[in-house]
Amino acid sequence: MNIFLVLTFSGVALGAIYFLAASGLSLIYGLMDVLNFAHGLFMTLGAYSGYEIATRLPTSLGAPTLVILAIIGATLFGGLAAGVTELILIRPLYGKPISQILITIGLDLAVVGLLMGGFGSTALQIPVPLWLIEPTHLGGLYLPNANFLAIGAGVIVLIGLELFLALTRYGIIIRAGVENREMVRALGIDVGRAFTLVFVIGGAMAGLAGILYTIVFSGDLVSPNQGDSLLIFAFIVVVIGGLGSIRGSAVAALTVGLLQQYTSFYIGGHSGWAQIGDLSTVLLLAVVLELRPRGLFGRVA
Amino acid sequence: MTNAIEISDLHVSIAGSHVLQGVSFTVPTGGVTALLGRNGVGKTTTLRAILGLVASSGRIQVLGDEVAGWPTHRIVRLGIGYVPEDRDVFSSLSVEQNLRLAESGSGANYDEVFSLFPELKQRGRQRAGTLSGGQQQMLSIARALLNSRPLLLIDEPSKGLAPKIVSEFAGVLERAAQHSTVLLVEQNLSVVKRLAQSIVVLDHGEVVHLGEVSDLDDPTLVRQLLGVAGAA
Amino acid sequence: MRRPSLRAGRLTVAVLLGLFIVLPFIGLHVPWVLPGTLDIVNSTGTLEVLALCFMFAGIAVGYDMMFGYTGLMSLGPVLYFAVGTYVFDIALTHWAWPLVPSLLLTFGVSLVLAVVLGAIALRVHGIAFAMVTLAFAQAFYFLVESNPHNLTGGDTGLSLTYTRLPSFLSGAVSNTRNLYWIALAFLVVAYLIVWLVTESVTGHVFVAVRENELRLDVLGVRPYRFKLVSFVVSSLIATGGGIVYILVIGTAVPSVVASTTVTLSILIMVVLGGAGTRWGAVIGAIVYVYLQQYLDKVGAEPSFTRLPAVLRVPLSEPQFLLGAIFVLFVFFAPGGIAGLVLRRRLNRASAATLLSVFKKS
Repeated sequence: MNIFLVLTFSGVALGAIYFLAASGLSLIYGLMDVLNFAHGLFMTLGAYSGYEIATRLPTSLGAPTLVILAIIGATLFGGLAAGVTELILIRPLYGKPISQILITIGLDLAVVGLLMGGFGSTALQIPVPLWLIEPTHLGGLYLPNANFLAIGAGVIVLIGLELFLALTRYGIIIRAGVENREMVRALGIDVGRAFTLVFVIGGAMAGLAGILYTIVFSGDLVSPNQGDSLLIFAFIVVVIGGLGSIRGSAVAALTVGLLQQYTSFYIGGHSGWAQIGDLSTVLLLAVVLELRPRGLFGRVA
Repeated sequence: MTNAIEISDLHVSIAGSHVLQGVSFTVPTGGVTALLGRNGVGKTTTLRAILGLVASSGRIQVLGDEVAGWPTHRIVRLGIGYVPEDRDVFSSLSVEQNLRLAESGSGANYDEVFSLFPELKQRGRQRAGTLSGGQQQMLSIARALLNSRPLLLIDEPSKGLAPKIVSEFAGVLERAAQHSTVLLVEQNLSVVKRLAQSIVVLDHGEVVHLGEVSDLDDPTLVRQLLGVAGAA
Repeated sequence: MRRPSLRAGRLTVAVLLGLFIVLPFIGLHVPWVLPGTLDIVNSTGTLEVLALCFMFAGIAVGYDMMFGYTGLMSLGPVLYFAVGTYVFDIALTHWAWPLVPSLLLTFGVSLVLAVVLGAIALRVHGIAFAMVTLAFAQAFYFLVESNPHNLTGGDTGLSLTYTRLPSFLSGAVSNTRNLYWIALAFLVVAYLIVWLVTESVTGHVFVAVRENELRLDVLGVRPYRFKLVSFVVSSLIATGGGIVYILVIGTAVPSVVASTTVTLSILIMVVLGGAGTRWGAVIGAIVYVYLQQYLDKVGAEPSFTRLPAVLRVPLSEPQFLLGAIFVLFVFFAPGGIAGLVLRRRLNRASAATLLSVFKKS
């Protein structure tokens, strides 16, 4: 029973990271019909900028400050990279969805190639405070502290995003644009600005997801291809949740995170089943597609 | 500026079919011009081309500006209110949020809109997707009227609505036409006769008749142009 | 105008094909075009690179039928490629099956998978289809990585045991020539299949699906079945490519034969060459594989290490250069190499003709 609760806890933490990675992807797709392959790159860039911050700033700042700065820096840099990508590469190809996908694939390859050249293909270690590695003793359970960080970030972003979408003018423009982009234009609104904004928000969440994944699930290691492997799960979450739906992404991310943790612990221990955790997410996707091709919260196909 | 809209030699192709084949007409400033024709002759496409929502070639002048090639939001900001054919209210947003999106600058006139449609005020927090067809049409019209725009493009406001509601809307549009120019696409000839002064008739992507609303009193002409009985 | 150019095109193809067939007998020395140890045209290394070029060209032309002609952007061709390498490898190496049953099993597994997974994935459209096919392919990657029943060898991969193969196919260096011809034959067969399908009525429906799927529905044609056919045939060709790969290279490693990188490479080859043109995909694949090998070799040359880091790091990273070239193509020459040559769309006309045919009936 205790193990089940610990698994649930880390499943929720994993789900929180998937949510951060997937919701931006889902919003970008919902608003702009762009499948953003560079989203994995934004995660990787987030992790590397976090690495740079945590290793280049003086250690006298203290490990906790450094890791907080690394997280903030990763978020900002992810947003910046995504905003620049939208303005320079995506915008000129508006109305050509296939070209937009291809351009993000090319960008991803090129920049990951650069990272491999600049930082090497081997993983690099981010220094983190001891507190993040230790567990908290709570009600008879030992819960990894890093998981609290991921869950906290996920909850804050979810609430912030919901409030932004419900209350602000740009939030409403984005929701309206996901539903019917043309009609938003016909009300005299420049949807292009909302496009850039959605890319920046999505990129920032991706950057945050990238650094958090590094800290919480990959032993503080950063590598050039980490974002691309996370991206696969983000895709799965987006399709299960329904393209363009934030709440769908949140529910699907939790489901996928939990499923992955449970299956990899309970089944993955047997020989030849090591990858069952990852595999089960794809099976879930297939089942959801058979039952509800539009995803859990999808509206229009 | 004597004409609110001047269109000449407008061509539009959609997915390989030539929908508009050299349409030319003008909409004089003030009053209501009705754009008529059978289903699928290109009336809606004409409105969408004016708004820059479909790619077109030819000359389009709106409120004194040559707008061909402009992005939609710039054309609309010249002062256009648009009521699309299928209402296109944002169903996941509340009534209030739908209206808020339509606000432009400080000119939003909520008092006017709520006096026309008091129901919208009561239902402010309701999600637009849960409104009835008639209520959605109210919201769609309210969006277009909110900013007292000089030009209104209105696409089949009576489509699928009960006669009582249709006549209510006709009244609202009549009031709106007192200070805006209206280009109206409408199948219901009694509404056209009540509101419009001039008419433009399209057939197979071409203008086949330009004239006054009184032309519709000639049943032979109506049958020839629109294929319907004039008494409708 | 069309006939002479068509005849000239066929003549060029015949000459090139003849040249490639006799190439293993030509000991030409080409120092600059083929860098490093590849500078002798019929050396083992060069023949192996060319075999890879032909293999990818065959897969690319099959992918082009699905992507360029039918408009289906699958991000999962690697799945069927990996099925080709792994199932064939396992049948020969673990179960010691003879050649023909191994081939039948491999294509059988691929056929079943393509029909079942294609039928599921095609329930969604456009971008979602791309994502779902990607996820399925990734599932296969996870599967081979986890080394079920010690069949796949997990991360370290699985080497092919040649003992059950006819001696002319064995991995010995002296047989590279045979494997080269097999790869060339695979390309020819793949091209012919795609040519036959795309020139048939079915192929014209593919183009109509791409141009306007809804309209086909209105005309009473079920696009779903045609899309599935396109998907399955393209997948089987990828499986054939996988078989050629394991014969030529001799080892299947998940990160090389089952990862998304392969899919993206195929997609890039087709776009680089020009989607929807068949021969464009062939050119794209050859250019891509050649560039990859060339850049890899050039990046390691001593003259490069003297460059300042700002230049050296990007220029010695083939992945960066290929990505950058790809971005430039998408921006400035979206029709690819074929588009630059032709400068007009060839298939519009055939789609229009087809739609008019359906309207009449």
